Amino acid sequence: MTTILIDGIAYGMLLFVMASGLAVTLGLMNFVNLAHGAFAMIGGYVTALAMNRLGMPFLLTLPLAFLVPALIGAVAERMLYARLYRRSHLDQVLFSIALVFMAMTAADWLLGSSQMLVTLPGWLQGRFEIAGIGIGRYRAFLIVLCAVLVVALQLVLARTRFGARLRAAVDDQRAARGLGIDVGGIFAATFAMGSGLAGLSGALGIELMGLDPTFPLKIMVYVLIVVTIGGTASLTGPFLAALIIGTADVAGKYYIPELGAFLIYLLMIVLLILRPQGLIAPAR
Amino acid sequence: MSAALQTIALEKRFGGLTATDKVSLTLRHGARHALIGPNGAGKTTFVNLLTGVLPANGGQILLDGQDVTRKGQIQRARLGMGRTFQINQLFGAMTPVESIGLAVSERMGGGADFWRRVGTRSDILNEIAELVERFRLTEVMDHPTRLLPYGKQRLLEIALALAANPRVLLLDEPAAGVPEAERAELLETLAQLPRDVSILLIEHDMDLVFAFADRITVLVNGGLFAEGSVAEIMADRRVQDVYLGSEDHG
Amino acid sequence: MTDTTFATPDRAAPAGTERRAGRDLLRRSRCKPAEILFWLAAAASFFLLPDRHLLLSEIAILGLFALSLDLIIGYAGVVSLGHGAFFGLGAYVAGLTSIHLTAEPLTGLALAALAAGLLGLLTGPLLLLRASDLTRLMVTLGVAMLLLEAANRAAWLTGGADGLQGVMIDPLLGRFEFDLFGRTAYGYCLVVTFALFLIARRVVTSPYGLSLRAIRDNALRARSMGIPVGPRLLAIYAFSALIAGIAGALLTQTTMFVSLDVLAFHRSADVLLVLVLGGVGYLYGGLIGAIAFKLLQDWFSALTPQYWMFWMGLVLLVIVLVGRDRIDALPRAILHRFRREGRA
Repeated sequence: MTTILIDGIAYGMLLFVMASGLAVTLGLMNFVNLAHGAFAMIGGYVTALAMNRLGMPFLLTLPLAFLVPALIGAVAERMLYARLYRRSHLDQVLFSIALVFMAMTAADWLLGSSQMLVTLPGWLQGRFEIAGIGIGRYRAFLIVLCAVLVVALQLVLARTRFGARLRAAVDDQRAARGLGIDVGGIFAATFAMGSGLAGLSGALGIELMGLDPTFPLKIMVYVLIVVTIGGTASLTGPFLAALIIGTADVAGKYYIPELGAFLIYLLMIVLLILRPQGLIAPAR
Repeated sequence: MSAALQTIALEKRFGGLTATDKVSLTLRHGARHALIGPNGAGKTTFVNLLTGVLPANGGQILLDGQDVTRKGQIQRARLGMGRTFQINQLFGAMTPVESIGLAVSERMGGGADFWRRVGTRSDILNEIAELVERFRLTEVMDHPTRLLPYGKQRLLEIALALAANPRVLLLDEPAAGVPEAERAELLETLAQLPRDVSILLIEHDMDLVFAFADRITVLVNGGLFAEGSVAEIMADRRVQDVYLGSEDHG
Repeated sequence: MTDTTFATPDRAAPAGTERRAGRDLLRRSRCKPAEILFWLAAAASFFLLPDRHLLLSEIAILGLFALSLDLIIGYAGVVSLGHGAFFGLGAYVAGLTSIHLTAEPLTGLALAALAAGLLGLLTGPLLLLRASDLTRLMVTLGVAMLLLEAANRAAWLTGGADGLQGVMIDPLLGRFEFDLFGRTAYGYCLVVTFALFLIARRVVTSPYGLSLRAIRDNALRARSMGIPVGPRLLAIYAFSALIAGIAGALLTQTTMFVSLDVLAFHRSADVLLVLVLGGVGYLYGGLIGAIAFKLLQDWFSALTPQYWMFWMGLVLLVIVLVGRDRIDALPRAILHRFRREGRA
């Protein structure tokens, strides 16, 4: 029971890191980016290829799994996304679906359609016991790492000059420009950070979710659910939502496997009916 | 005889801020009543309370004696509460004829008719033509709304509200942003609005208020500050200090 | 309150104004020559392309499906990522009807329409909870995924991942046998699509259709005019669902098979792409888009059999980046230029 709870929390934290970039682009730039999962996939493949082909150790690949998608994200933001900020949500949906399809086929073409496997280092395998409760080492590692990331993210947004500028740029673009803030640069950096976090969580998630070219679609559904029920008024909403969805998904698969993916969709719809403004409603 | 529109101690708070402070206002039948006040006096909030865009925290709103405080925006509109918006709220892709036709057919209860072809009822056509002429939109009646000159859009804004045949019409700064050249046309049209419609004019422009209204209410800091005939308000020292004076500075 | 408040004798509007108003209102429902041409060409395809009837049936079904999506995106402004739910439900209901109830095709069609319309009516209120596009995307997607899971789990009823076997369809109207070459199938699809198109056209050019355009354009104003926004959107959503259900039923009846694939995510995404290819908001977009989609699919598959989705994605990307409105305006611009040069 507790073991499952801990598994669920680990999974939920991972989902949050994965979704945080999307929550930021959606909440701050009002951009519906269905292709967020594609960046997660890139991160996953970076780690898988670096380990399997170059023989790099797992931990060392993680910075790469952040940097490569972040870089691609920055370029894509400047060249493609930035043109669509003012367009309708329908346009944004179409554009990002197109990207998903292209990313999926490209991955299939370059790397094949089979599952990518990675072998975790020995010290992350198996489980240890605290007070008779078995805890997977990798799950514990995930919880600690994601917690650090969550705190860091919150600090960056709330305490740094960058965060302040970002909030200013979102509140009133024109005023921010007047103050000499490089709005375009801020948005690009934010987008890159979100893509990087998605990539990192994609790499961390190989062990839990597997990795193949359909990854972007699978991830898309999960992160969108998290953001939809969490709301985008703050990061607290998506954080809670990610924990709820993560735990429910793990527990559901364990206790009532017949329900399968039923559970999270049902949960989403029920939560939307109960809290249509998001878990944490925006202040009015 | 009951008033066309009456509020009793109407109240709205946003957190700790009181935007509308126990305002009691009576709009007589056929009135030309102006609501004025400096920026931030809570005029727009008051309109939003009257029309049901915002729920009130306290007090009552009576439309022709009927309590509508708990009714939604759509129901109030159906009961005869019409409004125009400070910033144009038009159907940019539709023509004035289509927009007015929509308002008329909705009022007649034919809005949910999904089988009749639009433009086949002569009584509706007749009324559209009537309104198009009255609001001087004849020339541009079949042009897309978003391409019309601003003054014409402003006229259409009022025409749409009137097409619903309201008992009470709230005009929210009808002349705002209209260029000088198109102003006279708008003012004339306002002066010729049917007398049986009771009008509450929310305005900033004192020339328009004095030309249009026979009664004035002054709102300051969300509360009722003064009320009286045009002459009384013009003579009121306190109003001059608070409002007319501040006009010069701001 | 009378309806003739303003029709006082001294203010009677000149008849000219009234006539012009009437012309403007009838503009949309008037039948244009290009439309007649389009349907004549569709009818001609039945006689002139006998060896392509199977492909043409697919196009008609996809076109009808996209047309139903146009009703909610183009006319109600609701973006859906799960329209496949109604298509899939219609497909299964038609299949199950033929197995358990009757093999008569029109009954299956009607039951499928009913079921899909009902699902639309039941799930539609979820869309009105929060009028944000993201929520609507997720609710529609969620409903579609739930249905997919349900069909997958209820293998005793649906055949699960193996698909629904044993669908048999009686001759249409008792006379036209469904043949191997798809002759009856195409005729059937074409007639059903045409009939539903006419109904949809009638609906969007009615006062109700006008109110939908108004809601899409400016919901705030529509509300202040007393238009009940929620019920109006719900009605078109259910109507659109019903048509999607019929499209699904046509697929079942012409292929005599239902697989889980009818409920897959890519159905919903494809149909969105089809609609965008053809253009949103004028009903023909879905039909034209279906033709373009199938042709492109053929062509891309010939280029790189497994990876045609890449090229399709690229086309979509370019369409969005260039701007849909600019592409929609292209034919008119070319025509305009043509005329000018003709005059010069």
